[in-house]
Amino acid sequence: MARSTPGSGINPGGGLRPSSLSEGASTAPSDASPSDGWAGQSPASKVEQSRARGTSLWRDGVRRLRRNRLAVAGGVVIVLLCLIAIFADVLMPLPYTKTNFGRLNEAPSRDYPLGTDQLGRDLLSRMIYGARISMLVGLLSQVIIVSIGVPIGAVSGYLGGRADLFITRFIDVMYAFPRLLFVILVMSMLGAGLFNIFIAIGLTGWVGIARQTRAQVLALKEKEFVDAARGLGAGFSRLLGRHILPNALTPLVVAVTFGIPEAIFTEAALSFIGVGINPPTPSWGQMVGEGQQFIRSYWHLCVFPSIAIAITMLAFTFFGDGVRDALDPKLK
Amino acid sequence: MFQYVFSRLLWLIPTILAMALVTFLVMHATPGSPLDPVAEGANPLSPEGQKALAKYYGLDKPLYEQFWIFVTKAMRGDFGYSFVYKTRTVAEILRETFPISLFLGSMALVLAVVGGLTLGILAAVYQNRGWDYVSVSLATVGVALPNFVLAVFLIILFSFIIPLFPTGGWDSPRDWVLPTVTLALAPMGIIARFTRASMLEVIRADYTLTARAKGLSEAPVIFKHALKNALIPVVTLLGPLFAAVGTGSFFVESIFRVPGMGRFFVLSMTGRDYPMIMAVVLTYGVFLAVMNLVVDLAYGALDPRIRY
Repeated sequence: MARSTPGSGINPGGGLRPSSLSEGASTAPSDASPSDGWAGQSPASKVEQSRARGTSLWRDGVRRLRRNRLAVAGGVVIVLLCLIAIFADVLMPLPYTKTNFGRLNEAPSRDYPLGTDQLGRDLLSRMIYGARISMLVGLLSQVIIVSIGVPIGAVSGYLGGRADLFITRFIDVMYAFPRLLFVILVMSMLGAGLFNIFIAIGLTGWVGIARQTRAQVLALKEKEFVDAARGLGAGFSRLLGRHILPNALTPLVVAVTFGIPEAIFTEAALSFIGVGINPPTPSWGQMVGEGQQFIRSYWHLCVFPSIAIAITMLAFTFFGDGVRDALDPKLK
Repeated sequence: MFQYVFSRLLWLIPTILAMALVTFLVMHATPGSPLDPVAEGANPLSPEGQKALAKYYGLDKPLYEQFWIFVTKAMRGDFGYSFVYKTRTVAEILRETFPISLFLGSMALVLAVVGGLTLGILAAVYQNRGWDYVSVSLATVGVALPNFVLAVFLIILFSFIIPLFPTGGWDSPRDWVLPTVTLALAPMGIIARFTRASMLEVIRADYTLTARAKGLSEAPVIFKHALKNALIPVVTLLGPLFAAVGTGSFFVESIFRVPGMGRFFVLSMTGRDYPMIMAVVLTYGVFLAVMNLVVDLAYGALDPRIRY
């Protein structure tokens, strides 16, 4: 599409218009060229108008997100955490594996700002490296979940019939499982390790996003603009990729924003139990899990990682709430 | 109505079977075995010894047969002997620990519902004033923070800084407070959020205006006219909340040393205690499924527009 916004990958102009302008959808197909949706050949003024309206949802979203102070604060913290995660190697005062058996379980001091753990390792360094693990799990797992869940949900919703019935039944069964229980089960069977965490979260996490994608596709595939595109000869993948999915994007973006803290939580919970990250790699959850056994004698062992988890989770929650509100057209 | 309940109960059977099958497959498809010396609580054994044990526990039979045996026995409530606690049957262990978890969970749920509704109503009635901020921030914290993190903060606050409650144990009602609060905060936050949102909607509805217009004072307006309608979306939440409380209890039970079923959650899984894993997963599964059914029925009772 010649008029798609550069770099966006999807065409918000074409994609978002029908929902905001239903009469436009019904008039547009008549003057559209077969090669290109219907935005292509409409009169210039109309295109300008539609593009302005289309991009405005995202632009408007960003503008409204910026006005939400809590969301901005959350975003700033997230950026900081990402920076810490990226530059963990440089930021760590000591290597996270460096032990000092002369100074075990020490409370915070000048040498060790957050104290030392049971093996005399610097808690601050371990927490800094833990940020990398948390962020890695939070972000990468969403990539995995989306790349499994969206295709399955989209195909299921689009095809309907027996395939859809089978997939939805399967999703229902997966839903009946308490999710964390299933992740723990998979992890304890596979064994601890970062890679296995991705497998476990991917295996269980796609269900929610698949369900949401399916619901969106089901609703959208009956819309006139999809009919129009189909009438113009658009194939299966083009219909889904160009016309349906871009319109389903908003709830998916929100789902992913909330999926990140959930994945971080899952990793922390797994590591807390001892089936998550393999030691000596530090993980906040594991530090809390080990530290809480000594909470009476060495409070700092579990309190600092707990604070780190709390800040991260709150930041993502505030940011996620902000994104949801900003993208909700009803709240305008 | 009767037909609906009946068909829902019938649906439970394939759902639970599928759950058992998935668990069974995950257990057996992954590398390792309970006889493996690496497993927690296992002894290094000679190949003959391993074989004998496998035969004793029926692990040498083909998988489909093992599954069939499991299903037929489980229907009679017989899950066999635990692999880790070799002298005790799984049913015995569960009979002892499940009531404790259930008790903790019920207390937490009651607290969550009562606290959540109160906070939600206060927030809606005093929208954008003090109470609203208190309840919204409490709800956010409860929802956002994992319960083991909450547990750490609560212990620091109420056991160390203000020494009100013990850090763990399960002997006196005083021991119950912190675990219950920890477990309740997340569902309480969710309920408060939903109650607030749905109350705000209802308070603006015409029938609330009518109730005010006919001269009712504030209390009956809120409780008789608004709350009953606002409750409907909140009730649907209870199903997922049971799940949250159920799975959350592991962390809470292990931090506060509560002798409930949650402890066996992970012990059984890392120890590859097959009979125990199946029993724990199915207990949770059945419990959740039944609770979901109850919630759906309650939903119908609250909202006369819904007919089954």
